[in-house]
Amino acid sequence: MSLLRVKGLKVHYGGIQAVRGIDFEVGEGELVCLIGANGAGKSSTLKGLMGMVQCSGQVTFGGTRLSNLATHAIAARGLSLVPEGRGIFGRLTVAENLDIGAYTRRERAYVRADLERMYGLFPRLAERRSQLAGTLSGGEQQMLAMARAMMARPRLLLLDEPSMGLAPLMVQKIYQTVADIASEGVAILLVEQNAHLALHTSQRGYVMESGSIVLSGPSQALANDPGVKAAYLGE
Amino acid sequence: MDIFVQQLINGLVLGSIYALVALGYTMVYGILELINFAHGEVTMIGAMVALAVIGALLGANPDLPGLLVVVAGVLVAVPACMVLGFVIEKVAYRPLRKAPRLAPLITAIGVSIVLQNAAMLIWGRGYVSFPAILPRGRHEILGATVTDLQIAIVALSVLVMVGLVLLVERTRLGRAMRATAQSREVAELMGVNVDTVISATFVIGSALAAIAGVMVSAYYGLAHYYMGFLLGLKAFSAAVLGGIGNIMGAVVGGMLLGIIEALGAGYIGDLTGGFLGSNYQDVFAFLVLILVLVFRPSGLLGERVANRA
Repeated sequence: MSLLRVKGLKVHYGGIQAVRGIDFEVGEGELVCLIGANGAGKSSTLKGLMGMVQCSGQVTFGGTRLSNLATHAIAARGLSLVPEGRGIFGRLTVAENLDIGAYTRRERAYVRADLERMYGLFPRLAERRSQLAGTLSGGEQQMLAMARAMMARPRLLLLDEPSMGLAPLMVQKIYQTVADIASEGVAILLVEQNAHLALHTSQRGYVMESGSIVLSGPSQALANDPGVKAAYLGE
Repeated sequence: MDIFVQQLINGLVLGSIYALVALGYTMVYGILELINFAHGEVTMIGAMVALAVIGALLGANPDLPGLLVVVAGVLVAVPACMVLGFVIEKVAYRPLRKAPRLAPLITAIGVSIVLQNAAMLIWGRGYVSFPAILPRGRHEILGATVTDLQIAIVALSVLVMVGLVLLVERTRLGRAMRATAQSREVAELMGVNVDTVISATFVIGSALAAIAGVMVSAYYGLAHYYMGFLLGLKAFSAAVLGGIGNIMGAVVGGMLLGIIEALGAGYIGDLTGGFLGSNYQDVFAFLVLILVLVFRPSGLLGERVANRA
């Protein structure tokens, strides 16, 4: 049984339909990518899942319906979104950012243990724990955003363009972390414009084009698909 | 020299009251980018409710210890104002959360008018006097006089402000408030119920306003249905002076404004050769507001208001 099941998801902004009724699934512990060009509706899909935008359709997560829940209630059920542009709290310290990631959790001892685990995973954040998050570099901010999302102990992590605007070396590092998180059994839905990267990291993928899913399958197969190669991989 | 010290002390007392009210403006602005112009009226309601309780208690038994009676008044006024703040947000601002910025400003003024008139209907058009039941000790410091009441006002203000800073800096709610102030959207993603945080902000601000209302009516010995208007405007000026949205700014701005006003009132006669008297005291707050808006719109400790407005 899949962890996340989406049926007929539509997102519209006023009269403009950004997502036109898509179906997809993410299994327990699976790493799935959603690729497509700029404006294909990938970010809108994630925002729809989190209840941040007006949307319709059926979203089931771990057996319960998410439709019509407020964003904070969806987050409390184990969905964590790392938004495009990271959305870190620049005027809070690194430690406070991580702490607020665990906002919905009450067991302080476990939260403390997770905090130490995150510092172990991201030594750079440990060095800067009492620094304001706004002073971090772009790559460090991306790490912080991911670590913060992990502090909620999500069952499904939604990543929106984690490589955006980062130097190649940092991108490599971030994707290593994505793989690490996935290997801990956390399901991940990865949205990327960089199709090459996304298809190499994930197990399965969906291709979005102007609001619809036009192709899906194992990432390996998608990477070898002539259409995908021509449109997204530049081969 | 002694007039300088005396006015400095008077200013400090006034300033700590302004600071308490300014905190309410600044906290709401920090989170919603909204000027809650009904906040001054909450202060007035606090004073009126406390005076009603004090009057009732003294009416029942005139021999009750004065301090106890006033404390009882505060203990009723604070929760009453907390409820009022909660309701104001829910009725006047929440439905307009996504409306253009002018709309909640208009409802704010509407709420002000409603509260003023409600107070006038309940407590009348005249001044309600604060009975002289508090200890009235006087002390000499550097040639100036300080009363027990003045000491109590400053001490209680400082205590309340320290409590607020601890709440904002150290607690889970405070962290959620600061996160919400930076990005409502991302705070929601962290599981923060932003509506609850906004309600809490109004409730806390209103509690401070109630305390300030009792202080100001005790200090001047009276309350009036219209008193919230000027007090609110001055506290708003204080919040702008310190940098609106900034908690330390409201404290600094409030204290400074009180001192500027008191010194201004003390020396305006000498400076203008007797042409203007200390009844021009109220001019200084608005002079400060205009100067700040012209020369340093972000305020003394301000954040960049321009890109948030």
